[in-house]
Amino acid sequence: MKTVSILLVGVGGQGTILASKILSDVALRQGYDVKMTEIHGMAQRGGSVVTQVRMGEKVHSPLIEPGQADYIVAFEQLEALRWLHFLSDEGTMIVNTQRINPMTVITGAAEYPADALEQIKANAPRVVELNALEIAKQLGNMRVVNVVLLGAMAKQMDIPKEDWLASLEATVPPRFLELNRQAFQAGYEA
Amino acid sequence: MTKALLTGNEAIARGAYEYGVSVASAYPGTPSTEILENIAKYREIRAQWSPNEKVALEVAVGASIAGARTLCAMKHVGVNVAADPLFTYTYTGVNGGLVLVSADDPGMHSSQNEQDNRNYARFAKIGLLEPSDSQEAKEMVGHALEISERFDTPVMLRTTTRISHSKSLVELKDPQERTLREYKKDARKYVAVPANAKVRTHIKHQLLEELKEFSETTELNRVEWGDKKIGVVTSGIAYQYVKEALPHASILKLGFTNPLPLKRIAAFAEQVEQLWVVEELDPVMEEQIRAAGITVHGGKDQLTRIGEYSPSLIRQAVLGATTTTKQPASAPIRPPVLCPGCPHRGVFYALRNNLKVVTGDIGCYTLGAMPPLDSLDTTICMGASIPAALGMEKARPDQAQNIVAVIGDSTFLHSGITGLIDMVYNKGTSTVMILDNRITAMTGHQHHAGTGQTLQGEPASEVDLVALCHAIGVKRVRVVDPGDLAALDQAIKEETAVREPSVIIARRPCALIVKQTEPRLRVNHDKCVGCRMCMRIGCPAISFADKKSSIDPALCVGCKLCQQVCKFGAIVPEEGQ
Repeated sequence: MKTVSILLVGVGGQGTILASKILSDVALRQGYDVKMTEIHGMAQRGGSVVTQVRMGEKVHSPLIEPGQADYIVAFEQLEALRWLHFLSDEGTMIVNTQRINPMTVITGAAEYPADALEQIKANAPRVVELNALEIAKQLGNMRVVNVVLLGAMAKQMDIPKEDWLASLEATVPPRFLELNRQAFQAGYEA
Repeated sequence: MTKALLTGNEAIARGAYEYGVSVASAYPGTPSTEILENIAKYREIRAQWSPNEKVALEVAVGASIAGARTLCAMKHVGVNVAADPLFTYTYTGVNGGLVLVSADDPGMHSSQNEQDNRNYARFAKIGLLEPSDSQEAKEMVGHALEISERFDTPVMLRTTTRISHSKSLVELKDPQERTLREYKKDARKYVAVPANAKVRTHIKHQLLEELKEFSETTELNRVEWGDKKIGVVTSGIAYQYVKEALPHASILKLGFTNPLPLKRIAAFAEQVEQLWVVEELDPVMEEQIRAAGITVHGGKDQLTRIGEYSPSLIRQAVLGATTTTKQPASAPIRPPVLCPGCPHRGVFYALRNNLKVVTGDIGCYTLGAMPPLDSLDTTICMGASIPAALGMEKARPDQAQNIVAVIGDSTFLHSGITGLIDMVYNKGTSTVMILDNRITAMTGHQHHAGTGQTLQGEPASEVDLVALCHAIGVKRVRVVDPGDLAALDQAIKEETAVREPSVIIARRPCALIVKQTEPRLRVNHDKCVGCRMCMRIGCPAISFADKKSSIDPALCVGCKLCQQVCKFGAIVPEEGQ
């Protein structure tokens, strides 16, 4: 099996880390070797965050390089644009249409690119877009944006849905499980 | 056999558990912090946060002399702080094995420099291990302890951010028995006075020769034969990149890199057409290999000594393969910011309004250097804020009333106290602000001697900062709530005006460790005149569009700082909360 490379990109505080935990757990359930890398520290404070997950028979480097990502799950439009060039020629971009202004935009030093989605669609081989924030709001909890996106990603990947649900169950606390199941399903159907 | 997906740091903690470590100590620092956090879960190990890395290593030294297997962890710059005990404990030698984990940060993801601490292993003449994944990180804790005890020396286990914070599969095993080695008083070994050290230095150098022989034979160093056109000597994470970039090359994979197995490297070099040395940062191995008269075809002349490596960077250097990488789209950067409700925000807003020269320190508050707060003049290292303020005052005495040092609570306890003593002793008159947010925040909320809790969350004695500053000789010490801008402004004006040293303790817990109880705020657009005053505090919850400010209810924590800067009463609590 060819090694599959997945980037999860977003803004500090959006829950990319939980999403990557579930994703790694799913990969382990397939019997794959897995490597995952993420940068902590300064980036936690509302900065750009990226988690890289690679799975396959034998994975050496945990790094994903430009043009190598099979999937990018972007938790925010601008972050999707920032990491777009990491997508491979056959790659799929799953993008949450939510916008979060960076401080550079808030202070007026830069402008949020109005055509971010258009640029992404023009350059990515495949794009799945969804408003995960709106879906999460409808479910009554804005914090499940990450699991909504995971559902959307699961739809694209060649891994049985039961395994995703099993990983969800193994990762989230029991009292939030039902909510997260709904979020996953909503993302899967979006 | 149980396998788990662990970060390098989690694996090192597991190694401490499996290989009989009884005492562990550290000061938090990215990317090393999670080692002790995870060791704390094993109740068999007496683990602790120390106030700084020097103290942490000295605690480890004491435990080692007493016969315990000991682990001490820190980030790369922490070893600078701990260098003093390190360099002498290499003379005395150990009793229980001692492993010093140095977590380096190539690429400076969260550090002020990217020093290569493998140089410390050479400098201190100690054994050095470099894992290339989490499995090795765990096993090398065991190897390091064995080498330490066998060769009577502390041993460095050196990771990098990509090892510390990457997950890979690790086999879990049952812990071996935790036993202490016998303690016998041995003053000639452990009292490092010149007469004893002169004897020990001969022993140390003899042991170093034996360690060289060990390096030539250990299985930690191994050859993976492939095509003999290209042979690569490599270590650490670079090994994984080489495997990916050059799957057919022959590789001499070094896990034990100080002293280097130069005979094995020479034998390997003879078998291959081109010898490459692939190592991130400094040419630590390459220079020694060249000095031994071995021809190196490619090293730092082809591969950068700055930042992290990657498979494509190696492929390009070794094979000349130009990969047509896609160009990034133009996207405004998203720098890290102070969180909504952060107590530091008010401090920097007030300092900026008072146009002070501000010497800064290491922590979340270093982000006060970013626009729009833009309030820091300097940041050098842990504890430098106070002495740097004193130095500025010595250079420019007429500016004394214009200089303020800012330092966090954990950083003050780490290495700020001696700076404050110096300021008082040497008649400085600048103002010091201790930003006391009741936690070590930047590294992910670790307790310290001022929070009243231990690493394990148990109740502990709490340093009284006010009494401490008084005891040092600062007469003017006042505590201010940084959530109250008027009080902050008054305190800064009054304390900088006086011609004696003063301390303002700006005390309010980190916004991430307190439960939000205040109502969220919103902007009344009828009253907002679009003056953008609220934009000057740099709160990520506030945005500006169509000549009006707005507050994102998902981000606001109701700290009321924006309300205090609004001159038009346009910021009000949200109804119905």
